[in-house]
Amino acid sequence: MAETKTYREALREAMVQEMERDENVILMGEDIGVYGGTHLITDGLIDDWGPKRVMDTPISENGFTGAAVGMAMMGMRPIVEMMTWNFSFLAADQIIQHAAKLRYFSGGQVQIPLVIRGPNGGGVQLSAQHTHSLENFYGHFPGLKVVAPVTPNDVKGMMITAVRDPNPVIFLEAGALYGTKGEVEDGDNAVPFGKARIACEGDDVTLIAYGRQVNLCLRVADTLEEEDGVSAEVIDLRSIRPFDEDAIVASVEKTHRAVAVQEQWRWFGVASEVAAIIQDRAFDYLDAPVERVSGAEVPAPYARNLELAAFPSDKQVANAARRVLYMEEK
Amino acid sequence: MPAENGNGENGGAEARGEGSVATSADRLVDLYREMVTIRRFEEACQRGFRQGKIGGYLHVYTGQEAVAVGFLDSFKEGDRVITAYRDHPHALLLGSDPKNVMAELYGRGSGIVKGKGGSMHLFDVERGMMGGYGIVGGHIPIGVGIAYALKYHETENICQLFLGDGAMSQGAFHEAANLAGLWGKDGQCPCLFIVENNQYGMGTSVERTTAMTDLAAKFDAYGIEHEKVDGMDIEAVLEAAERLTEQVRETGKPYAVEALTYRTAPHGAADFFEKYRSKEEIEEWRQRDPIGILENKLLDSDAADEEKLEEIKGEAKELIDEAVKFADESEQPPIEELYTDVYSGEDEYTGEA
Ligand SMILES: Cc1ncc(C[n+]2csc(CCOP(=O)(O)OP(=O)(O)O)c2C)c(N)n1
Ligand SMILES: [Mg+2]
Repeated sequence: MAETKTYREALREAMVQEMERDENVILMGEDIGVYGGTHLITDGLIDDWGPKRVMDTPISENGFTGAAVGMAMMGMRPIVEMMTWNFSFLAADQIIQHAAKLRYFSGGQVQIPLVIRGPNGGGVQLSAQHTHSLENFYGHFPGLKVVAPVTPNDVKGMMITAVRDPNPVIFLEAGALYGTKGEVEDGDNAVPFGKARIACEGDDVTLIAYGRQVNLCLRVADTLEEEDGVSAEVIDLRSIRPFDEDAIVASVEKTHRAVAVQEQWRWFGVASEVAAIIQDRAFDYLDAPVERVSGAEVPAPYARNLELAAFPSDKQVANAARRVLYMEEK
Repeated sequence: MPAENGNGENGGAEARGEGSVATSADRLVDLYREMVTIRRFEEACQRGFRQGKIGGYLHVYTGQEAVAVGFLDSFKEGDRVITAYRDHPHALLLGSDPKNVMAELYGRGSGIVKGKGGSMHLFDVERGMMGGYGIVGGHIPIGVGIAYALKYHETENICQLFLGDGAMSQGAFHEAANLAGLWGKDGQCPCLFIVENNQYGMGTSVERTTAMTDLAAKFDAYGIEHEKVDGMDIEAVLEAAERLTEQVRETGKPYAVEALTYRTAPHGAADFFEKYRSKEEIEEWRQRDPIGILENKLLDSDAADEEKLEEIKGEAKELIDEAVKFADESEQPPIEELYTDVYSGEDEYTGEA
């Protein structure tokens, strides 16, 4: 059974389901309770679950994230909301220096079943300090798992998996897409980490993305089909760490051409990793160098036209695809 | 909410030190043994460091023994302890085998965390040792979360959270203290903050880090009651520890003690010069060495004679010598251990390159 739901509803459903299943699951974060959550993900939950399961915290990201690490060490399973991921830099010490490494430097004596979630990425004119795409930043650190679901079904299924995972999970939501709708499976639709999704099948070129950029790639696939007679395959990575190398390699072996698309900055980004993996494992299959399409190397601007210019556009991605196909750009 | 104790009109410089707890002679002798054992252990570490057997950073507890010994004497089964990197005594006092602790410092597979953490990261979770941590202040929020979890799981246990004077300048401290105070309002945070005020953070004295040098009183800002204790006087520490651990256990509210103490050893084992303090100052504090004070007490009260004390020292030496021998003879961790314990569960390791 499946029903049409928004990304927001699907996400909330997953958390509620897991809270029902396990008393150790609690929600905590700034203004998630009485206020209802800045993005209304947790709206109303405090009425059903009370302040012990849905805990409002003071504005102290490092403090409450650290406390959640301690709770997780003790067997609780906190789901911490970062009001937006931009504020997570304040908690970076707890996330990177503690949550990610504790299991290792304790010689395996503890585990940290902790989910940190919140909206990530730009597109709604929030400008420089409130716009980041942090997949590569957190993806860099061993000990963390990093996921970026884009469909309502995935956001539910991956949240279920995240809560049950015994490791710290960085759960990067597509902040601009909370209101988008899609089919969501009922019940337990746990989606495993480390398995990419083929968002649309094709034969001529592979477009690889995650988060909001998957939707862009799907639009571009339509355009290429209509305007250029090109059949593009779109891969939604879903999970950055663990990373599904096999899915990319299999697709490139079929299409011989790849474009990696990311909202984040080009340097040291996920797209570079994708390109490196392809040259490592599918070099002989390539008919053209891998293209990367990334955000402009500037802090995110405010004005709508500037913001649009700062993120990958349909046109840029379509032209990158045309280039790897040695076709005329448009 | 100013606390009632130890915070007099003169800014609270006076610590409680009456040592009113009725301590039996036998018990004091036991505590003496613990302090001496820790000191021997630390001396052996310093030796191992000079010999190049111990690498990395090494921070010893010399001079501060009465604080950990006194507070952990009130440890109850199921309680938790968390501290920073000056963590050897905490593990030893909770019952970790000195052999495994020394082996950890020697970087051996038989180390208490399999040779993966070293001196700064001693864990013995089964015994309640929730770790040593290397980022100044970083463990404080974690300790507060542990205390919260103890109540969430409806236990009668508490978390003893040790921290340095230097750590109190960190944002993490202030954020965590605020959370502890807040959660304590509902009796949900049985956390005893124990400030090991050894007068310095590395080479910077308390006076040079804050205009408000009454460290205990800083907890007022977060609604946490507090007091000071003479951290060189084991009986004073014991009295505070017994009373305060019980109070925290009963109320579920956090409490803070500032133990005034002194590190007579250098900050780290690699520190050869100490430009930040005078020989005279160190000498003055040595006069108040917690082991020396207790030794005199034991002798004066006939709780033990010279012979007994020598016997204890001999036994401590033997125990530590054995630990050193064990560490020295242990193997390095198997190379496969490089990739274990990165993740828990099915994906033991997901990022192998
Ligand atoms: C965040 C951070 N900054 C600096 C250091 C380097 N450092 C290690 S110990 C120390 C002093 C800490 O002093 P205190 O908290 O008083 O503890 P003590 O060493 O006296 O036991 C410093 C600055 C560190 N480990 N972490
Ligand atoms: Mg200090």
